[in-house]
Amino acid sequence: MKKKFSFLLTTVLAAGTILAACGSGDDEANEGQGADGGAEGGGFSAKMVTDEGGVDDKSFNQSAWEGLQAFEGDFDDIEIEYLQSNSASDYAPNLNRLARDGSDITFAIGFLMEDDIREIANQHQDNNFAIVDTVVTDGDDNLIDNIANITFAEHQGSFLVGVVAGLQTETDQVGFIGGVESALISKFETGFKAGVLAVNPDAQISVQYAQSFNDASLGQGIADSMYGSGIDIIYHAAGGVGNGVFTEATDRARNGENVWVIGVDRDQHEEGEYDGGNVTLTSMVKRVDEAVYQVSEQTMNGDYPGGQILEFGLEDNGVGIAETQDNVSDEALQAVEEYKQMILDGEIDVPQNDEEFEEYQSNL
Amino acid sequence: MDILQILYTIIPAALIAATPLIFTALGGLFSERAGVVNIGLEGLMVIGAFSGIVATLWFESMGLGYASPWLALLVAMIIGAVFSLFHAVASITLRADQVVSGVALNFLAVGLAVFMVREIFDRGQTDYISARIYRTDVPFLSDIPFIGPMLFSRVYATTYIAIILAVVVWYVVFKTPFGLRLRSVGEHPMAADTMGIKVNRMRYIAVMLSGAFGGVGGAVFAITTAGNFAGNTIVGQGFMALAALIFGKWHPFGALGAALFFGLAQALSLTAQQIPALAQVPQVYLLIAPYVLTILALAGFVGKANPPNAIGKPYEKGSR
Repeated sequence: MKKKFSFLLTTVLAAGTILAACGSGDDEANEGQGADGGAEGGGFSAKMVTDEGGVDDKSFNQSAWEGLQAFEGDFDDIEIEYLQSNSASDYAPNLNRLARDGSDITFAIGFLMEDDIREIANQHQDNNFAIVDTVVTDGDDNLIDNIANITFAEHQGSFLVGVVAGLQTETDQVGFIGGVESALISKFETGFKAGVLAVNPDAQISVQYAQSFNDASLGQGIADSMYGSGIDIIYHAAGGVGNGVFTEATDRARNGENVWVIGVDRDQHEEGEYDGGNVTLTSMVKRVDEAVYQVSEQTMNGDYPGGQILEFGLEDNGVGIAETQDNVSDEALQAVEEYKQMILDGEIDVPQNDEEFEEYQSNL
Repeated sequence: MDILQILYTIIPAALIAATPLIFTALGGLFSERAGVVNIGLEGLMVIGAFSGIVATLWFESMGLGYASPWLALLVAMIIGAVFSLFHAVASITLRADQVVSGVALNFLAVGLAVFMVREIFDRGQTDYISARIYRTDVPFLSDIPFIGPMLFSRVYATTYIAIILAVVVWYVVFKTPFGLRLRSVGEHPMAADTMGIKVNRMRYIAVMLSGAFGGVGGAVFAITTAGNFAGNTIVGQGFMALAALIFGKWHPFGALGAALFFGLAQALSLTAQQIPALAQVPQVYLLIAPYVLTILALAGFVGKANPPNAIGKPYEKGSR
């Protein structure tokens, strides 16, 4: 009797561990058939694999899927589909399945799939792949012919939110909180610093890395010490750590302090809400939907950018400031437009790393 | 920043970071003092964080306003206690390996919580709570010079609850008949059994208490610091709490001290950039400092850590 019960319990526990994997069994294969629209698509199919966030993560995955849906709506006879990955071990099988089922282009959403897409692209040389937010190379550092690498000019978007911060800081002190130190996050940091200094050369900028993308208490602690030292605007590029920054900012704002947070990747307006207002000044958004749409369209027109590094910047609407602009002053919005134009015209070359930043600074 | 200002920043930050660890470590203390290893503290925190956030959102929508997070802490406590029954049944009644069962609890918690979030919210994370527990000044006490701004300004009420709870736990475990029985089943269950103490019942109670405390610990973190729940809200805090328990030699005040020490080390590493003397130290050293100090402390500075004698051993009536 006891043995039986013990077996039952083991089964329950084991089942529990894989419960998460079943979270969305119903919509796992979500297909859409092109219905209306203008131009001729000619039986083109564009499909994607989400990372663990799922297709409704209000972030990259959702944005990418929206891009595909817009693509489907604009052209005739398009087939789109996504496969949801519920854990890292799903990446390779999902990519493989899309490649085998036949897809004219397969998107891997997120740099976490770097290794998996390398392997699957190698096994399916005839298929076209694309990955968002990273650059995949083979063993000899060469780009791979059937992978298009979609990256974003985060430094340009960060420059624009830096302009907002530089103009709206009242203490002339702003802060940047990064996740784990890396070349990617460095683009956010230097772009932001450059933007602040462009409009406010006297501003002091503190930079601190949490060396984590998860632990909200680190964000709270860093924000606490930054706000405590007189900084009034913090830009975070730190994922879940940023939650703690918003917590600290709303807490201080409720006590009448004038503090702000600048969000990252998407419009983080929701995070900044509290019962007396909103601490989200603005956000630096990456338009994954634009990128996915454009790459799909190019591929459909026989212009697949395989083996290339695509950087979506201001000129492609790939990055920018968030749509919610309630807290941004008119003066700052105007300045953002001016600087955006200057970057587009090539008058300003936004620095991407420490060396370029030093050069930029000496030219100020 | 001058020295005083630094202290006024670091001490409250340390208290805040330590709070969830204190709750959870005190929970672990009950379980381990009764002889049941509880590696599942992390999982209990996850379930607590999840139910705390969901309950807060739920109470908010019912219009309970600022009572919501407090009621949610109670919900997290109950759900934590119920959830810990998995561990209790497996390791006490079925005499499964306690470490394995605890690990299973951790996996189960994350899987279950993420699954439920997807079912309820249709995405990978919950909404943000708007009725939060905010940092407040304690009336009168915060006006005391020096001590006021350091210990009584901009703090969470939950921090004081945690510290008071440590005293209560000490009293219960060391000064009451219940505590004596609890410790006896952890030290020498057979002797306890001979004296008419129901060993397994005591252990069930102890594990459920650890679930209740762990649930509150996770909920406190989610409600005060994170503001929402996702799969990565609780990452390792449960294990830190377990370390605090061992570091504190299975004593409530020891665990309290160890948790505060971890909190202080974290606060120091985060504030270091504002401190002139430490600003030049590469950040990585400050970030690993808490962990290095812990290893050093465990490796000898605090002396031998003596676990309860019968820890990890399932009790079988009549066995020697």
